[in-house]
Amino acid sequence: MARLPRALTLIAGDPGADRSVPPSGFTAWLTLGAAAAMAFLAVFVLAFSAATGRLADRWSEELARTSTLRISAPAEEMAAQTAAAIRVLEQTPGIAAAHALTDEEEEALLAPWFGSDLPLAALPVPQLIEIVEEGEGYDAAGLRARLIAEVPGAVLDDHARWREPLVAAASRLRLLAFVSAILIGAALVAMVTLAVQSSLAANAQIIRVLRLVGARDVYIARAFVRRFTLRALIGAAGGTAAGVAALFILPRSDVAGGFLTGLGFAGQSWLLPLAIPVVAAIAAFWATRAAALSRLRAES
Amino acid sequence: MIELKDVAYTYGGAELFSGLGLTLAPGSFHFLTGPSGAGKTTLLKLCYGELTATSGEVTLFGEPRRGLSRDQLAMTRRRIGVVHQDCQFLDHLPLAENIALPLTVAGRGDEAEGNLKDLLAWVGLTKQAGQRPPELSGGERQRAALARAVITSPDVILADEPTGNIDWEMSQRLLRLLVELNRMGKAVLIATHDLELIRAAKAQVSARVLRLTGRKLQMAGAEL
Repeated sequence: MARLPRALTLIAGDPGADRSVPPSGFTAWLTLGAAAAMAFLAVFVLAFSAATGRLADRWSEELARTSTLRISAPAEEMAAQTAAAIRVLEQTPGIAAAHALTDEEEEALLAPWFGSDLPLAALPVPQLIEIVEEGEGYDAAGLRARLIAEVPGAVLDDHARWREPLVAAASRLRLLAFVSAILIGAALVAMVTLAVQSSLAANAQIIRVLRLVGARDVYIARAFVRRFTLRALIGAAGGTAAGVAALFILPRSDVAGGFLTGLGFAGQSWLLPLAIPVVAAIAAFWATRAAALSRLRAES
Repeated sequence: MIELKDVAYTYGGAELFSGLGLTLAPGSFHFLTGPSGAGKTTLLKLCYGELTATSGEVTLFGEPRRGLSRDQLAMTRRRIGVVHQDCQFLDHLPLAENIALPLTVAGRGDEAEGNLKDLLAWVGLTKQAGQRPPELSGGERQRAALARAVITSPDVILADEPTGNIDWEMSQRLLRLLVELNRMGKAVLIATHDLELIRAAKAQVSARVLRLTGRKLQMAGAEL
């Protein structure tokens, strides 16, 4: 319990303690710069994590709500099997709509790979039927059994084999973002610790004088802790602001399309970057406190 | 208040002194003399706990030095005013703030204003109050160091060559300050080579003169 008041006295600050250490020095810029750079990177890690999550959710949701029925049959049987399949699908509970793609729609689907002047009639292209689900969806196993009996050329694709790797990839990307955030935090802590050690070494005479006149370790540490915490807070706030501004500069996803251009936050997740300076300040506080007190103890 | 019993101190494998005994009782006044390198500064550092004796026992205000925690040692140092030979200061702060530092550190900064004015006048540094320590001469720094050592009215004053860089008139003035404090019951220990200072002090106060030589501490001869 005695630790809490001690920590609070470190945060609260003391004008006398603050003044006892000169304010300038390269460690000030080192801490500010490191905190700003780390915060800038942290904004992108958070944005990456948020974008990955949104993308995975969207893909998973879209793929989960639709299925595709592919009919591969001789040309003379294609129309009959398509009609039979549509009839089966319309009778299946959990299916809102079943739409057989027209030649134009299939051409449009294949155009990215084969160009727009594709002679579809000359190719053995299967008939595709788009299935839109409703409610809890349909019983895929039951539908497959019925299709085998009534539409022998039909193959049902409920997109499960696409969804599962996407969900797995998304969770790994989130883990990667989490690990990156930890590494960024660790790098900041390491940088602050080095800066504190350097500052303590540079101010060795000041520490000797303060000890001579009866300063306790916590008094000496207070001057360093408060200063480095504030520097980390200010640096991280600047870095966060720059990172958020950079996100605004990126092309909008609805204009350019694609994954990378969708990097950013949406809705309430715009509040996430606000946590970065706070977390940086907390990390700097503990790093400075630990480095200062351990150094002061080691010197006695 | 401060007691050394059978104390030895070894530095770098060489024994600086051994079997050393000293008691700084309230109201006592001691001079410490001896050749350079005999260990006078080391003895002072043992008295305020900066160094720990290799053997023997150092007691600070009734507590063994070895048993004091870091915080307790800091609190003990607030009761001891120290004037170092090299007079270190916080060079970025004005002289007045440096002299008031022991009060600031002890959370008694509000007491500084009244004490500071009189003290600066006594040591002749009123005009230099706003200057930074690097702008001061050696003598001014020594006077400032003495002012800093006594501003909290400590129980013990330890001074290492406090008049080394100052003229006779000012050294007499500083001596009067120390004598006044001693009459208030403070224990004073001054390490010095200045025999004139010792004679002048003995004319005003009952002072014991100790000589640290040949690794032993002994009473000085009758010439002092």
